Formats: sequence, structure tokens, C-alpha cells
Amino acid sequence: MSAATSPVGTMPVASATGDRIAALRAEGRAALVGYLPVGFPDVERSVEAVLAMVDAGADVVEVGVPYTDPVMDGPVIQRAAEAALAGGTRVRDVLRVAEAVASHTAGRVPTLVMSYWNPLLRYGVDAFARDLAAAGGAGVITPDLIPDEGAEWIAASDAHGLDRVFLVAPSSTPERLQRTVRATRGFVYAASTMGVTGARSQVGARAEQLVADTRAAGARDVCVGLGVSTGDHAAQVGRYADGVIVGSALVGALLADGPWSARIDELQRRTADLADGVRRARGAGPVAAGRTVLAVDDSTTVDPTSQETSP
Amino acid sequence: MPDQPDQPVRDALTETLAHQVLGRLADVQGPYFGEFGGRFVPEALIAALDELETEYRKALGDPAFTAELARLHREYTGRPSPLTEVPRFAEHAGGQRVFLKREDLNHTGSHKINNVLGQALLVKRMGKTRVIAETGAGQHGVATATAAALLDLECVVYMGEEDTRRQALNVARMRLLGAEVVPVQIGSRTLKDAINEALRDWVANVESTHYLLGTVTGPHPFPEMVREFHRIIGEEAREQVLDRVGRLPDALAACVGGGSNALGLFNAFLDDEGVALYGFEAGGEGIDSGRHAARFSGGAPGVLHGARSYLLQDDDGQTLPSHSVSAGLDYPSVGPAHAWLHDLGRAVYEPVTDDEAMEAFRLLCCTEGIIPAIESAHALAGALRVGRRAADDGRTDQVILVNLSGRGDKDVATAATWFGLLDDEAAQAAQGTEGDK
Ligand SMILES: Cc1ncc(COP(=O)(O)O)c(C=O)c1O
Repeated sequence: MSAATSPVGTMPVASATGDRIAALRAEGRAALVGYLPVGFPDVERSVEAVLAMVDAGADVVEVGVPYTDPVMDGPVIQRAAEAALAGGTRVRDVLRVAEAVASHTAGRVPTLVMSYWNPLLRYGVDAFARDLAAAGGAGVITPDLIPDEGAEWIAASDAHGLDRVFLVAPSSTPERLQRTVRATRGFVYAASTMGVTGARSQVGARAEQLVADTRAAGARDVCVGLGVSTGDHAAQVGRYADGVIVGSALVGALLADGPWSARIDELQRRTADLADGVRRARGAGPVAAGRTVLAVDDSTTVDPTSQETSP
Repeated sequence: MPDQPDQPVRDALTETLAHQVLGRLADVQGPYFGEFGGRFVPEALIAALDELETEYRKALGDPAFTAELARLHREYTGRPSPLTEVPRFAEHAGGQRVFLKREDLNHTGSHKINNVLGQALLVKRMGKTRVIAETGAGQHGVATATAAALLDLECVVYMGEEDTRRQALNVARMRLLGAEVVPVQIGSRTLKDAINEALRDWVANVESTHYLLGTVTGPHPFPEMVREFHRIIGEEAREQVLDRVGRLPDALAACVGGGSNALGLFNAFLDDEGVALYGFEAGGEGIDSGRHAARFSGGAPGVLHGARSYLLQDDDGQTLPSHSVSAGLDYPSVGPAHAWLHDLGRAVYEPVTDDEAMEAFRLLCCTEGIIPAIESAHALAGALRVGRRAADDGRTDQVILVNLSGRGDKDVATAATWFGLLDDEAAQAAQGTEGDK
């Protein structure tokens, strides 16, 4: 199978994330994309947590740059980001995560950086792309950058061979879906619901239609995020999407009280549950048979904002 | 549009071309003001911003809409607001003539109502039933709660927990008007965090809800639209000064938080080359102290809350906390049109410290019997500075027009503490230290 390539740009650029998703598709399942912020509870232990998440079954790593004004994030990720910033975490610390994952997995697991736009603008868009590529990173997810504003990032990611993951939402028009799909490389991030990150009891009802619409707009790989929390959610989403993106449910494990080792255990339990979910989804993987599905305690991670303000 | 951080548009050829292409500066439309502005928001909001832009352009061209807004201005707000000459105050401004545009006399006590009524009428047109707003000092929150009561809209106001304590009286006012006030308990617990929370609410509820943003910041079309709803300030003032003095003013002075009262005043004069435009930012405890909200003196271009503009930020692009004695100027970024006017050299932005502002506050109180908002006192201090500078250059025939953007009722407790006007017990009671509960 040929390498996944970008549909736009002057030259075809290979996509590390696209290749990984294609390989998993060949195995008959969706990818598990696991999010953790760098710097929580400190840089050292956040690297440890990411590797533990990979060992427990994350296929793609999404590592967050903590930011002072995370408007797409609910309380769980906000709290972790706030603590990471208070501890002195820098933007450049995500490069250590990318390096650690690349060497730990011999390049098998791609690392995407999730960053709000201003930290990368300040670092220098091209400089960041260069340094991330050098660290073995695969690309960047940009929650507050739409392709319309992305000319500089599109040029830099082409120049340095990085994936650029843009988002689509249930409110996106067909024209905007097409524009976003054309600008994207790696996968399109479909927001399952209108809202911010945070574990929810159900995956948004509009997610499946959005994935279908995004494919109709020309996308090959579409992953679903926001509110995906449990193995059952992963099993449900993994039936129709190319990847399942989980953040708050994993971050919540690290925010819990108790010794660090117990929190890592819980992180791995939740990751394994989700990994089992994506394998059960299309009834494909051998893992599904023998593994117990563990319940995730939603009570600590439900996003109160989204609950209270919904009409 | 390609980003070129830290690269001001100073190239003469670019300016000339821009002017030829764009025509009048006063009519420039978004999304970009030079290289500032844009839409740095989640994709989920783009459909709502597109709808808002379409509806707002349609509304401005609809005589029924403009007539209804004009009626509210006249019968509800009390427009046109008067122009007051302040000769006793002007003695301290190098002997120039100083005029105040009296936005403080508007219903709800500040210019904020101009924008709020415009947007609230739009909300009705769009068929939405719920508005949300951010507020710092509480002035925009009060104005929004007022319009929501008038037009039968559900209203939720986000306010930093810190600010709900500092401005307990305005919290009570909003609740009296039927609004729900939500104290925001994350981040620095001030205005910028209230905006974050409002944006989160908006993403989740965008089908029923309009975000009634209070100044000329945020993603397109807000900077342009809010300017349109405030341009009446400068249009009235321009006629009033011409009528009273027989010529245009030499200089304008306005305070700049997000920049709505300043842009509202400036806009009618942008294309009058002989009129100097001065925006005064909160210098707080001084630029060197690091405790200020002077984006042009102490910030750099960056992106916050949906727009590219000047921004207080650290080396990592993290937003730095701002500081000012005036809650309404206490914001780390500024409207993109001001960033553009700054880089064009069309307007000049200077910091005014807490001390200077409070001196000017007191001076206006005892020379003219007008208690200004502390925000507006920054413009008054700036006018004193501009007048004295002209006098130092040998000119004493200057006409200075100041936007008195709001009245100082909300600031009496702060001023009483600042000047030590009450004994300890009374001061504590006035500060409302028990919070908003
Ligand atoms: C009286 C008054 N003036 C000025 C401002 C600053 O806002 P802007 O710069 O948008 O006019 C405020 C904001 O709360 C205000 O209440």
C-alpha cells in the first residue's frame, strides 16, 4: 500500500499518522488516540505517563501544550494545564515527549502535538515545525486555527513533512468540510458534539453523521473526539470512525488523589479498556475475547459546564 | 493571510496602496485590519460567526432595523448625549479648550449600551432566545442584563470570581435585572477568564445563544460590528464640536480597554488628517513594574480570544495577567483596529498610570461637579498631558475632545479607599468585602 499523502500542497508529503491509521485499518480496526498534557504533574512524570499510556494500548499519542486560555477545554484538562503552567512547563517540553515516544516505540507510534495557536506563533511557526520534525514528532492538532488562517502553518508543515490536523464540527457546512478536508493531512478531527472537552455519559448523536459527511467531502481518515470516555464508547465509535480520540477520561486518572503509581495503574486500566473497545468495534481483534472491560468512573470527569448550560 | 509576527505595516508603498484600495479608513471592513484581526476560533463557531455577519450586514441595510435602533437611542438611552465644555478643568490642561462627550449620561451609565442595544436587536432578528456576556467591572454585564430585560431574552453573565467580589454592587444590579451571574473560578478569575468561559458556553449552546461581546475585540465580525454600533459617538460629537466651535478639534482623547469607546469616537475623525487621535491605556503601577495593561508599550503581536492584535504575553506565548485600578481597562489584549491604527501611525497610544488617572478623577470631580468612571479618568489624564504638551510648544488655542465613556457611581468605593475619605469601618462596608452572596 502506498504511503498516505496530502491532497493539497505543491508536493506530496508522507503522513506518519495516516500510515499508522492505514496499517490499523488493514488489521480491521480503528486507532486509539490518547491525549495527555505535557508537564502534569511535572515534565518528567508526564513523559512517564505518556509511555505508560502507549504500553497499555494507545496507537497514536496526542500531547497537549498547556495554555493559559484553553477555550476548547473543559474543567478536567483546564485543571491539569493550570498545574502544568504553575510548575513552569514550557512549549519546548513537548519535544521531549515526541522524542521519548519515538525512541520507546522505535518510531511505530506517531506523536501529534495539540496546541492552541499563540504558543506556536510565539515560538515561531516554522521553527516549531522544524524542531518537532527533528524530535521525531508527526504533526500538530490546532483547535483554534482554521485553515482560512493557516497559510503560514500549511507552508511550514509541508516544508518539514508534518501532519496538520484540523477540526470539523456538527455545525460545519458542506463547503467548510471540503475546505478543511483539503487542508488536512493525517486525519480530520471530528468533534462529536458542540462543546468542549470533557468526559460525557454518551457520545454525541451527531458524530456518525459528521463522519459520513466528512468522508463525502473527500476525507479518507476521520477520527472522533470530545466526550469519548469508555471502552463501550470506543467500541461504538470505532465501528464507523478511523480513530477514537480520548482525553479527559485519561487525564482524569492522573488528577485523582492517591500515590502516583496508583494513578498510572488507573491510567493504564482506562487505556486498556479503550484499546479493547476499538478492537471489539468491528469484531476483529483477538484481544477482544479474553479481556475484561473495566468501568470508568465518570463521576469525577463529567463536564459540569456542558451539563448545566445545555438548554 | 500569511502571518508576519512582529512586522508592523510601516512600508509607505503598502500604506498608499491600502489607502487607494480601501478608500476611507472609517469604512474598512473585517476580517482584517491591516494584518490584525481574523478568526482564530474553533471551527464549531464559524457557522455562527458567518450567520452573525450576514444578519448584521442585512440589518444595517434595513430601514426598519435602523429606525428601531434610532428610536431606542432617543427614547431609552437618551441620545444624543450632550457635549460639555469644562473650562475650570481645562485650566489644568495648559489653558486649552476641553470638551467632554457625555456617554456617562446614557442609560446604565456608559457607552456600553450603544453596542448592547444594537446586538440585542440583532438577536431578536436571528430568532435566538438567550444571550451570554462577559463582564469585568460589570458595566457591560449591566447593560446586557438591561437590554435582555427590555427585549425578553434569557441572560447569563460570566464574571471572574475576583471581580464579583470587587464589584458586588453591579452583581446585585444584574440579578435585579433578571440575569444569572456566574462567577468564574478558573485561571486568574478576572475578565479574560470570563471571556474563556463565555466562549465555552457559546460553543455548546450556539444554536439558541448569541454571545453579546462587549468591545471591539474577538473574532470577525465582532470588531467591525461593535465599531458600527459605537460610531454614533464620534458622529454626534463631530457635529456638536463643529456647531459649537466652528471647526474640528485638534485632538481626541479616549481610554482604551478593548477599545470600543475609543474607536466609536475616533471613527468619524479617522479621515480628518488634522485631528490627532490619542488612546490611553492603563499604565497601572508603571510599565517597569510589570503591573499594567499597556499592550502597546509592554506587549507584542499575538492571538487571543479569536483575533490577532497586540497582547501581553511571555516568551512562550502564554497570556500575562494585566493590572489596573480600573477593572474596565484590565485586559491583556486590545481590539485589532487599534493595533492597525497604531502600526499605521494614525493613532497614538500612551499609558496612564493609576496615580495619574486618580488625580484626574479627583480634578474633574472638584472643578466641574462630574464624577467620571475611573476608565474615563485615564482619558482625562491623557487630555491634561496633551494640553500641557501643546502649551509647552507655545500653543494655547487647542480644542481637545475627550470621550467621557462612563460615570463613576460604581467607583465611589474605590475612590473613597484611594483617597482615604472614609473611616476604616465605613470603608470596609463600602468595599463590600463579604462578596456577592
Ligand atoms: C466606562 C467605561 N469606559 C471604558 C471601558 C473600556 O472598554 P472599551 O475600551 O471597550 O471602551 C469600560 C469597560 O468596562 C467602561 O465601563
